Amino acid sequence: MTVLEPQASFEVTDKGFYGRFGGAFIPEMLYPNVEELRRNYRAIMEDPTFQAEFRALLADYVGRPTPLFLAERLSNEVGATVYLKREDLCHTGAHKVNNTIGQILVAKRLNKKRIVAETGAGQHGVATATVCALMGLECVVYMGSIDMERQKPNVDRMRMLGATVVPATSGSQTLKDATNEAMRHWINNPVDTHYIIGSVVGPHPYPDMVARFQSVISEETRSQLLEKTGSENPNYVVACVGGGSNAAGAFFHYLHEPSVRLVAAEAAGLGVSSGHSAATTALGKPGVLHGSRTILMQTEDGQVTEPYSISAGLDYPGIGPLHAHLFDSGRGDFYAITDDEAIAAGFQLSKLEGIIPAIETAHALAALPKMGLQTSDVVVVCLSGRGDKDLATYAKYL
Amino acid sequence: MEAQAVATQADSALPTQNRITALFGRKHEGLLNVYFTAGFPNLDDTLTVLEGLEQAGADLVEIGMPYSDPVADGETIQQSNLQALNNGMTLRLLFEQLANCRSRVSVPILLMGYINPVLQFGVEEFCRQCQAVGVDGVILPDLPLDLYLDEYAPIFRQYGILNIFLITPQTSTERIRLIDEQSAGFIYMVSSASITGSVSGVSDEMLAYFDRINAMNLTNPRLIGFGIKDNETFRMASQYANGAIIGSAFIRLLQEKGTDQTQIKAFVEAVKGK
Ligand SMILES: Cc1ncc(COP(=O)(O)O)c(C=O)c1O
Repeated sequence: MTVLEPQASFEVTDKGFYGRFGGAFIPEMLYPNVEELRRNYRAIMEDPTFQAEFRALLADYVGRPTPLFLAERLSNEVGATVYLKREDLCHTGAHKVNNTIGQILVAKRLNKKRIVAETGAGQHGVATATVCALMGLECVVYMGSIDMERQKPNVDRMRMLGATVVPATSGSQTLKDATNEAMRHWINNPVDTHYIIGSVVGPHPYPDMVARFQSVISEETRSQLLEKTGSENPNYVVACVGGGSNAAGAFFHYLHEPSVRLVAAEAAGLGVSSGHSAATTALGKPGVLHGSRTILMQTEDGQVTEPYSISAGLDYPGIGPLHAHLFDSGRGDFYAITDDEAIAAGFQLSKLEGIIPAIETAHALAALPKMGLQTSDVVVVCLSGRGDKDLATYAKYL
Repeated sequence: MEAQAVATQADSALPTQNRITALFGRKHEGLLNVYFTAGFPNLDDTLTVLEGLEQAGADLVEIGMPYSDPVADGETIQQSNLQALNNGMTLRLLFEQLANCRSRVSVPILLMGYINPVLQFGVEEFCRQCQAVGVDGVILPDLPLDLYLDEYAPIFRQYGILNIFLITPQTSTERIRLIDEQSAGFIYMVSSASITGSVSGVSDEMLAYFDRINAMNLTNPRLIGFGIKDNETFRMASQYANGAIIGSAFIRLLQEKGTDQTQIKAFVEAVKGK
């Protein structure tokens, strides 16, 4: 087993670092906004009235706790005991809403009137548009124009919820470019706008704040697993990593449990060495992207590489700084899953368990046969989202 | 604060020949700093534009190091960055292009860009190359003050490279004081809360901000940037600061008219009002 660093090493520092990753590399134009958030987020989140409101919405609006489901037929197939943490059953169909509920409540306490967000698969955009409708705030979502095509149902959902969806037409026209545009929008609207980042990326305090909002996933998993197996701890927790928010939430309360291996599935696209990939830890080097020092895919000259994945939510050239640190320190195991492997795993789960997963989530499922599982192993897979939005893509393989 | 633990740029013994410091020592009004992107419109245009600007009477030049994800820049500069990268521009190549520039121009030169390419190049190697080719200062918007002071200030000082900081209408008085303390050369006053090229004209709100900063009696000179595009905006900004910075409007000229020296001269003279 890997020798672990001291406990505190997976906690974020005051300046927002996890090991050598993190920080807030932001232009001065964003400083007042980010600083306001940094000064206030912990106090707001720890305030009992905030917690009461947040918990009530998670229960009554999102539908939490989400079930922990023993997937028996899948377990037989992979030769271990596999539980699925059913984030796909959250309102709006993915874990993303845990974070947007939290952030909209923070935004309200900071007296923000408008919300800007980026989205890849559209799940975060939908979850943001949803909470903006709920709270009556104006919502602008930037989405890469390629993603607007491949995740069309989510574009329509956002519009129906009253959000303005703006295509990001620069670069590879995917998540990275949508994030650039959302940041520019925030620079241009510095006073009354809050930027709801959709993953554990961006400048400090975003990675920590988003991880804390998503940590409800592992908080519930622990008590549910205890009830079902007599132990809070599985042998493995598996999640897909785009920016890494569902993984951060699924790992959070296990970060300091050395007996629990943390497994991250990244998108290899057409293959790690194909030139069409988004397998960040396999292909990346330390650098600065979207306000934090992390691992990112880049040229020798430090230009960010355009990533590729069949999955819009994983089509991102970086990962959150927490995950860069998990990789760097050996705390996490990272697998690169190709488009084809993910699609096959999506079909497998559909047929074995009657659950159609998001293509992002299918990457996590595809890691299972690669992990060398023993029959005695207990595995929790974070089923981050449902596959309705991906039917057009899946249908090509029918 | 850690800010005090580090000697300020101004305290240290900068080589007397730093051209930015020297410039502000002898000229206090109506200074024009012109931004252009390296390797744009064509890969080999960098020196042509640099020389054109010096001959046209620009007081400083700011050479953009193209980057794939320039989040503080608007569409015009984004496009120029992209075109330069497609032309094959790199930081290494920029230093090659500038290798003998000091035999041809004496105008103070700043490099402007984003931190990631500099990190990949190596911060120390970057500063060494800046010094070697005769670059006087840099502007790296996504290297904020505290991270600069924590990690990089001694390296910049060692090579005599000035790091220019930005302030915006939202920057607090306390922070402006801190930035003033840690600055040398000049302070880059972003005229409004925005990315480059997105505002035009000078609003009452901006004037109030300019007045507020003026009243602070900062120790460093100031140049106003963002939204400066012609003689009117340049003159307006110059009334409130030591001069102004023009970027997107010049990039549009290069885009439309190429690097013809008479066009560059006409542009600069029109802005300065000669
Ligand atoms: C269902 C689902 N899972 C995972 C992701 C990837 O994001 P993250 O890595 O932040 O969980 C997305 C992103 O859109 C998603 O929609």
